[in-house]
Amino acid sequence: MIKEGKHQINREEAVISITGLEKSFDELDVLKGVDFTLYRGENVAVLGKSGTGKSVLIKIIVGLLKPDAGELVVLGKHVDKLKGRELDALRLRVGFSFQSSALYDSMNVYQNLAFPLTMNKKNLSKAEVDHEVEEALDAVGLASKINEMPSDLSGGQRKRIGIARTLILKPEIILYDEPTSGLDPVTSGEINDLIREVQKRYNTSSVIITHDLTCAKHTGDRVAMLLDGRFSKVGSFESVFTSDDEQIKSFYNYNFTIDSHA
Amino acid sequence: MSKPGARPYLFTRQIDSFLTGVSNAYAFTIRFFKEAFLPPFHFREIINQSFEIGIKSLLLITVTGFIIGLVFTKQSRPSLEDFGATSWLPSLMGIAIIRALGPLVTALICAGKIGSSIGAEIGSMKVTEQIEAMEVSAINPFKYLVVTRVLATTLTIPVLSLYCVCVGLYGSYINVHSEEATGIISFYKNAFSSVSFLDIYTSVIKSVVFGFTIGVVGCYKGFNASQGTRGVGMAANKAVIVSMFLIFLEEMIIVQVTNWFRHV
Repeated sequence: MIKEGKHQINREEAVISITGLEKSFDELDVLKGVDFTLYRGENVAVLGKSGTGKSVLIKIIVGLLKPDAGELVVLGKHVDKLKGRELDALRLRVGFSFQSSALYDSMNVYQNLAFPLTMNKKNLSKAEVDHEVEEALDAVGLASKINEMPSDLSGGQRKRIGIARTLILKPEIILYDEPTSGLDPVTSGEINDLIREVQKRYNTSSVIITHDLTCAKHTGDRVAMLLDGRFSKVGSFESVFTSDDEQIKSFYNYNFTIDSHA
Repeated sequence: MSKPGARPYLFTRQIDSFLTGVSNAYAFTIRFFKEAFLPPFHFREIINQSFEIGIKSLLLITVTGFIIGLVFTKQSRPSLEDFGATSWLPSLMGIAIIRALGPLVTALICAGKIGSSIGAEIGSMKVTEQIEAMEVSAINPFKYLVVTRVLATTLTIPVLSLYCVCVGLYGSYINVHSEEATGIISFYKNAFSSVSFLDIYTSVIKSVVFGFTIGVVGCYKGFNASQGTRGVGMAANKAVIVSMFLIFLEEMIIVQVTNWFRHV
């Protein structure tokens, strides 16, 4: 059971600030001037159709891709200007949960969690590493899976272990890439609850990339709709989806139809 | 021909692609040298990888080395018998195995066994985002995956090559002993009598170069894998083909250079 932390949203302090961000791949313009702010303690769900550049956006935030233009400030640092140790120092404060979980398949669950910890904090004793791993696994409710190999886990369990691996470095920001994709509705619901619990327990700020409206509604304090390479609407779930914009309406109606048939 | 609006080619698509590949491989190799001498050093991983390489190839090298020694001796015997020179067999096999067969056979086996394994493993990590997962955890994947594996192949393959030479000579000894009842000490004395310091030195250098090549090619192909599982298979396949091609090319160059030294 996760204890209630000191979670609160501080709208005075932006942890991610993006202005006019652009990114192209060859002839394809993916992001065409994205403006976005994430405040401390806040969860923002980024919605959009496949191929609209949602994952590209968070890969730029964590420095895996370089933007073509625009300003990107994460925890007070201009990410596109960072290199080497400075970039690594920032990455320790920004967790990234992959769509595919990206667990190291040659390592068991314990090793998957201990690996980033031991590589970045050399002075930790074995007992301290064990404690941290157990705590992270406890936070995602999978302490019993500590010796399992990733190939023996279900899709939902892999997602949870992926989140636990992110949590073990105690990040201030977590970027979730499609956390519920490929999961059944019950498991998706559990992952949504977990994202909220993580926000409360660790007071993290998060960007949740998804095309699942239920996930966006459940996990996001605000919702941002990415259309044609820009955020066309940012606000509460209700305010975004009561918009008159035809593309937003069609996105909502399509999801609604899918949900009704499910 | 380039598509309208697309970037024009300098020569043709194939030539441009080849030149880009060579340039990228060069940059990859230079990066290895930059990263290899800067901390942190992952000694434990180098030892793990060296152990893996040794364990994976030992049986194959033992069997192949032994058979090659045995068969080459058997095949060479009739020609030497024509001149009544079968007593030269140990020297001949010593030169053949130490100078050429030992390092070359070991390298070819390792290119197939280790090169493909490295290409597939790193390629699989690439397409399943495990390499990006390392990057976002502030772990340098080049240093952890590439530098350790290249150093492991560079250090381990000369040792395996030496082992292959010993096993190959033993295979040769078995044949010589069965025909002429020669003692093992006498055989090895004769085998090494015609081998110079330059031969041993060249053999070791060759193995180091082959090991480095296998490691770099395997890692490069894996690190640049794309197109999902198909890309993993292609990375493993290309790692073997390119390594083997380069090994033969290097063998030719090193032999030429050694012969030049021999005649100076």
